[in-house]
Amino acid sequence: MIGELGHFAIILALAVAAVQGTLPLIGAQRNMPALSAIAQPAAIVQFALIALAFGALTHAFVTSDFSVLNVWQNSHTDKPMLYKISGVWGNHEGSLLLWVLILAAFGMGVAVLGSNLPPNLRTRVIAVQGLVGVGFLLLLVFLSNPFARIDPAPLQGNGLNPLLQDPGLAFHPPFLYLGYVGFSIAFSFAVAALIEGKVDAAWARWVRPWTLAAWTALTVGIVMGSWWAYYELGWGGWWFWDPVENASFMPWLLGTALLHSAIVVEKRDALRTWTVLLAILTFSFSLLGTFIVRSGVLNSVHAFATDPARGVYILLFLVIAIGGSLALYAWRAPTLKGGGMFAPVSREGALVLNNLLLVAATATVFIGTLYPLFLDAVTGEKVTVGPPFFHATFVPLMIPLLAVMAVGPMMPWKRADLAGTLGRLKIAGVATVVVTLVTLYLAGVKDVLAVLGMAIATWLIMGALVDIGERTRVFRTKAGDSWRRATNMPRSAWGAAIAHAGMGVAILGMTGSLAWETEHLQIMRPGDRIEVAGYEVQFDGVQAARGPNYDAARGTFRVYRDGDLVEVMQPETRRFANPPMVTTEAAIRPRNFGDLYAVVGESNGDGGFATRIYHKPMINWLWIGSLMMAVGGLVSLSDRRHRVGAPARKRAARTTPTRPAGQTA
Amino acid sequence: MRPKRKRLMFVLSGMAVLGIAVALVLAAFEDNLVFFSSPTDVYAQSIPADRKFRLGGLVEEASIQKSDDGLTTLFRVTDLSNAVPVTYTGILPDLFREGQGVVTEGRLRADGVFVADSVLAKHDENYMPPEVVEALKKSGAWQGGNE
Repeated sequence: MIGELGHFAIILALAVAAVQGTLPLIGAQRNMPALSAIAQPAAIVQFALIALAFGALTHAFVTSDFSVLNVWQNSHTDKPMLYKISGVWGNHEGSLLLWVLILAAFGMGVAVLGSNLPPNLRTRVIAVQGLVGVGFLLLLVFLSNPFARIDPAPLQGNGLNPLLQDPGLAFHPPFLYLGYVGFSIAFSFAVAALIEGKVDAAWARWVRPWTLAAWTALTVGIVMGSWWAYYELGWGGWWFWDPVENASFMPWLLGTALLHSAIVVEKRDALRTWTVLLAILTFSFSLLGTFIVRSGVLNSVHAFATDPARGVYILLFLVIAIGGSLALYAWRAPTLKGGGMFAPVSREGALVLNNLLLVAATATVFIGTLYPLFLDAVTGEKVTVGPPFFHATFVPLMIPLLAVMAVGPMMPWKRADLAGTLGRLKIAGVATVVVTLVTLYLAGVKDVLAVLGMAIATWLIMGALVDIGERTRVFRTKAGDSWRRATNMPRSAWGAAIAHAGMGVAILGMTGSLAWETEHLQIMRPGDRIEVAGYEVQFDGVQAARGPNYDAARGTFRVYRDGDLVEVMQPETRRFANPPMVTTEAAIRPRNFGDLYAVVGESNGDGGFATRIYHKPMINWLWIGSLMMAVGGLVSLSDRRHRVGAPARKRAARTTPTRPAGQTA
Repeated sequence: MRPKRKRLMFVLSGMAVLGIAVALVLAAFEDNLVFFSSPTDVYAQSIPADRKFRLGGLVEEASIQKSDDGLTTLFRVTDLSNAVPVTYTGILPDLFREGQGVVTEGRLRADGVFVADSVLAKHDENYMPPEVVEALKKSGAWQGGNE
């Protein structure tokens, strides 16, 4: 009964979205207020209906209602509650429902919070958002019904892939979707602006916080996925340049570019048409990512049960959405007026360089990801493009970007003095040279990337510190004065500095774990000891253990440092019954921001076990730095100038009380 | 005139960056494309010894041997017409066993043994790598349905 209610709700939501996507557009074009007025209530009703459907599906999972096909395929009564809930989006149909839920939520966000937008712009944004919703709801209703029933209902479900039964992964998709779908707002704003024929600073002031919120969520989502791969897949890799990872990384790169170019539109009223194009491209890559993951053209843990009809539909939708918006761009962009000019050496110039490099880097990732598919389709030849390709293309484009990243925020708008700006970064430069020399001394010349990584990390972290130091004039004026400057400093400046420093910190982690990792692979018998990076690791054997829904073989390692026991590590091999699968559960212990990482493998038949022990120095900086980037995004988002409606509030402040903070997204 | 020249400069610098990106991609394609071969392909084509490629098929029945150190595994990958001997040092994926589909990545040694530096982990008992399906179809040994 509840399932049918959910099913009915998504059908109604499709009808509402169709109305929301068409009539208000006509209303805004023909100046018919009665039609325009439909947009807001429609966006709210659409969200309510999808929320109802989502609630219905969650109910089916929580109560293990196996008469729903989707629940039967993906759940099991023995599964812990957390994974019953995360099972809702652990499959194609449910994750699509989550996707449209977020899409509708963002549409409602504009409807509810957008009272200070020009009425026609708001109407058009909501309408475009509705059209995107129609595309996905059609797929949901006709090709991926999450509420399909089976009769008779089976007594027990199939269970969820054990690899996905993990707290890190439970919330990886929702964050990823918040990011992907968040860019839909930038897209809707871009398309609405093209219809309107007007892009100005107020437009950018709206696009920026939404993009920033989406970018922050996407950052968290990607890091969660990467962290999951690190501890769950059993050998401690954190990035594989797997097509599915790239699918989420490309919108992130373009979103980063969009975030920066929108600043230029807002502050300097330049780069307008370019920013509109970026907004379209960013969401297009989100759609492309969805296509890559869901069409079944790729096989991986992420690829859900494949159905050619869905692949064809998504491809068609992709062509219409991307092709249509780009055609609109080609037609309307020339009518947008060009913005202000600036010297090549200026804050704007640095941001243009940022955009160029990010877009070029995205292009290399795009080619590396899609070329194998293309070649397979055209010649039938199977190739893989592995990490070496991306190291040879993506990394060289990132190096100049990162070098400029410390300089850009210190340059003034319009026209900058490069020598003067670099002069102010003297301390950062000195620190970079020192770290480079120390690394060269310790690691040697042959490890070029390690030296480069350390240098860039230092440059970025110190650059961000110098930036804050300059703004607060710390050590150059009285402490109280510095404090006052620090508290008056715009939150967006703090956010940028934190995020930029976070990038540096993350590079520290990447460099350390790639360049100085040690791996020990051997057969160990109980009592055997080996030395790993200054630690004595003793193997105590393997015992049988039982988990809630699996049986495990649990190995025990005792780790000694200078004769003292410092850690006991217990990696496992887990054997699940539903579905029948074996997973490797590594034991990971943080030591001085690095990790000891132990895996126990199969028995050799006479008392020994294959074991693998890694020391991954500095790896935890990677997670810390990535989180700093997300925190930077949040801090920047809390800037009152970003708060939706800040400019209008100045006018309205006399009559309405100030709204509480954090209403942006 | 000045704004025009400036715009031209931006366009040129944009093309320069894209040009660099294209050059990087082309150079990387030269060395870093990893092709897939079935055991039959290995015999049919002559693959240079230093060229990295992927070899996929089934692990031949009764072909798995462990070396004395217990870490190196010798086995044969077959498409049921031809088989290539493979050596791999390390912990094998949990579901590695005889008769299962497998994809390995590595280089061919002069004596015809394929030295794998990775054996791709497959996490699902029923999963068959698409490349392996392709290889079996080519050799006419595919028993499953048409995909």
